Amino acid sequence: MDLSLNLEATELRLGLPGGDEMRSSASTSSLFHIKRSSSEIEKNSSNGSCPVQKQQVVGWPPVRSFRKNALLQQGRKDDSENGSGIFVKVSMDGAPYLRKIDLRFYKNYSDLLKALEDMFKCKIGKSVYSEMEGYNASEYAPTYEDKDGDWMLAGDVPWEMFVTCCRRMRIMRASEAKGLGGG
Amino acid sequence: QLHSPTFPDEVLEKVIALIDSHKDRNSVSLVCRDWYNAERWTRSKLFIGNCYAVSPETVAKRFPRIKSVVLKGKPRFSDFNMLPPDWGANVHSWLVHFSVTYPFLEELRLKRMVINDESFRLLADSFPCFKSLSLLNCDGFSSDGLKAIARNCKNLTELDIQDCPMIDDDGDWIGEFPENFTSLQVLNFGRLNGDVNFDDLERLITRCRSLRVLKVNESISLDQIHRVLVNVPQLVELGIGASLQALLPGLYEELESTFNKCRNIKALSGLWDANSFYLPVFYGACFGLTFLNLTDSPLGPADFSKLLVQCPNLRRLWVLDTVEDKGLDAVGSSCASLEELRVLPYDPYDLDYGPGVTEAGFVAVSEGCPKLHYVLYFCRSMTNDAVKAVVRNCPDFTHFRLCIMNPSQPDRLTDEPMDEAFGAVVRTCRKLKRLSISGLLTDATFEYIGKYAKSLETLSVAFAGSSDRGMECVLEGCPKLRKLEIRDCPFGDGALLSGIGKYEGMRSLWMSSCRVTVGGCRRLARELPRLNVEVIEDGGGGGGDDDVLAEKIYVYRSVAGPRRDAPPFVITL
Repeated sequence: MDLSLNLEATELRLGLPGGDEMRSSASTSSLFHIKRSSSEIEKNSSNGSCPVQKQQVVGWPPVRSFRKNALLQQGRKDDSENGSGIFVKVSMDGAPYLRKIDLRFYKNYSDLLKALEDMFKCKIGKSVYSEMEGYNASEYAPTYEDKDGDWMLAGDVPWEMFVTCCRRMRIMRASEAKGLGGG
Repeated sequence: QLHSPTFPDEVLEKVIALIDSHKDRNSVSLVCRDWYNAERWTRSKLFIGNCYAVSPETVAKRFPRIKSVVLKGKPRFSDFNMLPPDWGANVHSWLVHFSVTYPFLEELRLKRMVINDESFRLLADSFPCFKSLSLLNCDGFSSDGLKAIARNCKNLTELDIQDCPMIDDDGDWIGEFPENFTSLQVLNFGRLNGDVNFDDLERLITRCRSLRVLKVNESISLDQIHRVLVNVPQLVELGIGASLQALLPGLYEELESTFNKCRNIKALSGLWDANSFYLPVFYGACFGLTFLNLTDSPLGPADFSKLLVQCPNLRRLWVLDTVEDKGLDAVGSSCASLEELRVLPYDPYDLDYGPGVTEAGFVAVSEGCPKLHYVLYFCRSMTNDAVKAVVRNCPDFTHFRLCIMNPSQPDRLTDEPMDEAFGAVVRTCRKLKRLSISGLLTDATFEYIGKYAKSLETLSVAFAGSSDRGMECVLEGCPKLRKLEIRDCPFGDGALLSGIGKYEGMRSLWMSSCRVTVGGCRRLARELPRLNVEVIEDGGGGGGDDDVLAEKIYVYRSVAGPRRDAPPFVITL
């Protein structure tokens, strides 16, 4: 029944992006007891922004997990696989929402960048995988966060390696991308 | 001495046959035996709100002439993964009985039920007059089931599948409708998985000239579907598939021209990943729209506002919170006839995609849309004052479902609980039938609900309340309450048992992660033997000791007795 739902991609993580995954999973074992005395649920800070530490809560918010659009890539699923993709979030400076894409869907950098250009309706610097200098300041540069948490310009490592070490991507304004690690 | 003539049965039956509403019919049947009989012989539509409340045998015995059945199964919280799989609500035993007693069945509408391929086959084979199948939130079947329907239901007019995950990804069932099959009027597979062959679909659409509702899934793209739209000018509801794969030269103008001709379309949905570049091609179809469903299209505020200007006659609008408060401003200024608004979160589990919507957007809508009576609003923050303003502007709410996504979050400005907000809602909205509350809430909210919400039928509560008194107020004060679902609240056995005089008049009660114990449930079951008091536990044990907390309970009235098909983790006390 769950085969097509890809529940892992929809798994609740209410911590800050990129940071708290270890902490939030450690806290679930104590969540059970906390849930049972719900009057002890801590009041969260009131200024409207996300509190630093959140508990995982099953079934909350009460939105049907069947909703596909937010969490699956744009385009078709790869029907020869069983659905365990490499999902990374992609944000673009100035765009109102993030996308999630499945890196296994693309064959090389060129494919990926074309798809990103389509998705975000922008021009991404063409010289990304040859030279690192000479960016047009009005363009965007594709950057990614690697396994070590460093932000790099996409294209510095071979594609197959990129797919395994890319954690998330950000399409940055080229003027801000200067000085990022490229190798 | 007046002699009161009795109506001959035939006259009584003719009159009662005209009554459509099942609630009215239930009342009619209570008047006297003659009316009871006239009612049962003339009822053709069956509505069963809880499939475990009554057995198929009982139903078949009482109502001999049923043509249409509505069956609802799992409790609503199963939508949010709070029910273990294989809980139940399988439709098969119902169909087995119906195949014997109602061979002329024409319509089946299921909600939150399990339906296997075997049941599809039984359905397709047993009912030669079968016309209309609607599945909402159902699961358990593969494309084989759909193929059976397509092949064998020669008189099918409606196939409506909403939010049902199919086990396989095969879209070939579309090609199984025979070449001489032309009766389809409603085809909805908008959110069904599986790649559908476009040529098969096109052939099907072309020969079904009475088609008025068509909703295709993501496997059909806009440039494909627009070609067939010319064949179905009488279409009233359209669900578009995926966005364009490529914008070929001339395609933009073609699309524009197509949609300019779609004058009869009243409802538009789908629009997966609608792209701001070609969004204007739809403008031609927008003037007559009364229902726009953009929950599959994450639009930003600018594109959304431009689109809305084209839709002045909207009555129902479903959007994602990517439109932000600015987008909701546009709703307020463009859609004066709006009656229903749903704002869903784009990604409920990872909120860093944008600011979502807040109290500002809510107020803006209420200011421009005085006819608003149904709202479902997922937001990041809310204030008491905003909600008060909203219900001042729109006092006619019948459905008020507010979800502040961070549990137990207080008023953003004052840091106080949100009690006054919901107090204002129940005080002002006399016709309120459904209420979902959220945010930081004390027992005061429940006191308000109990005191003022006299028309309330459905109440959903999460992370709220301070003591048993909260739940007690509601049970005591809301005479029309039928469904109560509660999670993560400090309500215990005292609260549970305070409803003893109430539960038999309700459809169901759900409580999870509260303070109810197994012992309390046992007492309830003893006091009210006609109630099914079910404890759902992951351990599969025998129910446990009295002082063990009952993690999830589902309590409902039933004339069918305890479930005979209960899995090991459901224990009826």
